[in-house]
Amino acid sequence: MSAPAVVSTVPASAVAMTRICKRFGALRANDEVDLHVARGSIHGIVGENGAGKSTLMSILYGFYQADSGEIEVEGQPARIRNAHDAIALGIGMVHQHFMLVETFTALDNVLLGAEPNWRLGPARQRVRRELEALMRDTGLQLNLDAVVETLPVGERQRLEILKALYRGARILILDEPTAVLTPAETDTLFVTLRQLRERGSTVLLITHKLKEIAALCDRVTVMRAGRVVLDTRTADTTIDGLAEAMVGRRVQLGRREGAAAPADATPLLSAQNLSWRDDQGVMRLNEVSLALRPGEIVGIAGVSGNGQSELLDVLAGLAAPASGSLQLGDQRFEPSRWLTPARARRLRLAHVPEDRHRRGLVLPFGAWESAVLGYHRLVRYARRGFARRGAMHDDTAKMMADYDVRPRAPGLRSAKFSGGNQQKLVLAREALHQPKVLLVGQPTRGVDIGAIEFIHGRLRAMRDAGGAVLVVSSELDEILALSDRVIVMNAGRIAGELPIDACSESALGCLMAGVQPQ
Amino acid sequence: MSSSQAYELPRWMDLGLLPVLNLGMALAVSALVVAFTGQDPAQALSLLLRGAFGSAMGLSYTLYYATTFVFTGLAVAVAYHAGLFNIGGEGQAMLGGIGTSLVALWLGDHYPAWVVLPAMIVAAMLFGMLWAAVPAVLQAWRGSHVVITTIMFNFLASTLLSYLLVEVLKEPGNMTVESRAFGPAALMPGVHEVLATIGIEWPRSPLNLSVLLAIAAAVVVYFWLWRSTSGYAVRTVGFAPGAAQYAGIRPSRQVIVAMCASGALAGLLGINELAGVQGRLLLDYVVGAGFAGIAVSLIGRNHPVGVVLAALLFGALYQGGAELSFEMPGVSRDMVFTLQGLIVLFCGALGQAAAPTLARAWARWSQAKDAKEAERG
Repeated sequence: MSAPAVVSTVPASAVAMTRICKRFGALRANDEVDLHVARGSIHGIVGENGAGKSTLMSILYGFYQADSGEIEVEGQPARIRNAHDAIALGIGMVHQHFMLVETFTALDNVLLGAEPNWRLGPARQRVRRELEALMRDTGLQLNLDAVVETLPVGERQRLEILKALYRGARILILDEPTAVLTPAETDTLFVTLRQLRERGSTVLLITHKLKEIAALCDRVTVMRAGRVVLDTRTADTTIDGLAEAMVGRRVQLGRREGAAAPADATPLLSAQNLSWRDDQGVMRLNEVSLALRPGEIVGIAGVSGNGQSELLDVLAGLAAPASGSLQLGDQRFEPSRWLTPARARRLRLAHVPEDRHRRGLVLPFGAWESAVLGYHRLVRYARRGFARRGAMHDDTAKMMADYDVRPRAPGLRSAKFSGGNQQKLVLAREALHQPKVLLVGQPTRGVDIGAIEFIHGRLRAMRDAGGAVLVVSSELDEILALSDRVIVMNAGRIAGELPIDACSESALGCLMAGVQPQ
Repeated sequence: MSSSQAYELPRWMDLGLLPVLNLGMALAVSALVVAFTGQDPAQALSLLLRGAFGSAMGLSYTLYYATTFVFTGLAVAVAYHAGLFNIGGEGQAMLGGIGTSLVALWLGDHYPAWVVLPAMIVAAMLFGMLWAAVPAVLQAWRGSHVVITTIMFNFLASTLLSYLLVEVLKEPGNMTVESRAFGPAALMPGVHEVLATIGIEWPRSPLNLSVLLAIAAAVVVYFWLWRSTSGYAVRTVGFAPGAAQYAGIRPSRQVIVAMCASGALAGLLGINELAGVQGRLLLDYVVGAGFAGIAVSLIGRNHPVGVVLAALLFGALYQGGAELSFEMPGVSRDMVFTLQGLIVLFCGALGQAAAPTLARAWARWSQAKDAKEAERG
């Protein structure tokens, strides 16, 4: 035992999974998968939805048993039959959807299931003492007495990480940790994860955002269709290389030039001085004016929660503003008689909502029923009050073919489709009725790369056909790739407007933060 | 990794095998209880079945009870699809009975049946509807929860009925609290009477033409909810209020529509019980049928076909149970209630308890089949 030099140059393995196979019916979710993660490293696992990365992590965390293959944790062969085994081996998981009791305090959430004493008083005291030491140690600061439902998303996630660390996790699995975070929260998370790495923890990061891999990970494993297609040091690859490995072909996500819209064309939609207050009286929209002309895509950039969602709701007729007016074609709307969603559709204004699970689709409905949502009263779908199911099925089949929705099963429940395919179905529905104005919120949130490319292509095609498209996105890359003109929102106001040629990440970043660029 | 994926069952298992299995478990536990009291479970079951289905008389009673449960079960199911839990079936049924009776007492002596009976049906539905509309409006416009308000409306209905019977409609000189008898035109023809006109002999029973009304109601509910634009709007509100608003459907309006339909269905109970059997208004003709409707709807998975089947099951339990306690003095009426409770427990509350086991067995079986096919191919 006198070779410390060897130990320090050859990093010990934290996790070694060898020839893992897992089948669900006819589907090979994991097919001879190998994964080696060095101790004290940040290891990225990327792949499109359904590539098998979540299955692999579920096997490591004990949700599923592999059909065959071996797992070693920190050099020791391991049998992980359930999450309990995984925790005992020092594996912790932070789920995409947090596993927290919202009405409990942060402290009680950590306590729950790991009570060191049957009397809660002494138990709380002890957990608090240990947690405070842990927080000092890791730099993960949190108000332990705050009730979880009052905490912002970023802090809830920090609590989940603390919870895992408190239970002795040396290997942390994070499933799409940035999907719900603002850019600032994402940066904080990355700082935290690097600190954990310094302390010798191992981090496994599941994501499909390639930029995060490049920014954070030491090594990356790319999965496609249940197999590992690439395993490399992050320094040896590029984002384009990763994207190609993920999708299996070259992907073009950057900007594509289109014909510039004539600046003097009559706007299809123009809004003047829209203001809107929420129930608490907070001004969410403050004197917002904008115009959408035929043949252009206007992007709304901004940190989430600066009035973009409210703007979409007001423009789509889901909420009436306190003041302001809206001109849609030759119709004019005042707050007292505001646009309704049904009226908006008749005036050929379509809306792809930000939250497709709660608004865009009815998850328990068959795809064919979700595919007529909002248009169910059209003569095409209803005769004397009765639904024309044949026409609905036919149209759904057509939408699925046009927008490459998989599987092509109009009868399948909406909830059964992957995020990308759900989004394609919503977009197909709104596009079918040939809107003049299309409002799109977060067009590609939770959608994998192949589908992003497809959806972007369709939005551009609608613009090229003379439509006006408004895109709200929290992804700056998406705004830059799609827009002809960018409007930046901050604190409910329009902080600035730039033609695409004048846009740079730094200029937009300044406006998003509420600072005028130099 | 989604946990809902893990318990996916093929349709025939979900709708066929699972309920049969649940019923089997309920009967097995009941058999244990019966055996524990020193009685013969096989004999009890055979008596129960024979009592419910073994004779024209028993069958008639079963169908008569089932008719009542179809009405209240459908009422709960319709509200469920709008995302509402209507516990007010009891009160709405009482009001339906009041509507039935008022029209019967008003028109029954002067007009022919073809005028009076349809008017009574409309009144039963209208009164039930109005009783449900108040909680519905409060929910839609003021956010008062229908669960609370419909419960309170049950008590109000009960006191209103007592007041009307004691103070207004009580027959002078009659000691029991009931109205005078309806005129002959206000009585729903019994099935035995109808069958007699075409020469079929059928024993005299409470089963009346309301049974056809119940079947019609189930069919109408199906076509409304699943085949009409209005039903689409109701179900959208029930599953996803946000999506409804997005689609230009006003949730408040659909809440009122669904509750009105629900109340109207519950109100029809008055036709079966008062126009069909009692021939007068009395105090406790609802006797818990409104609450039984909740269990019927739950066991029937809130679908009209399921509700009809569950109502038949409950009808059979009521009738067969009565016969059973009559024939086997060792099995008391309470034992029959226990049996009903066990069925609600296994088919309703624990309805999905066996699903994970079944799903795992099914997954293993289909995997083995796949593997075998792969070997062959």
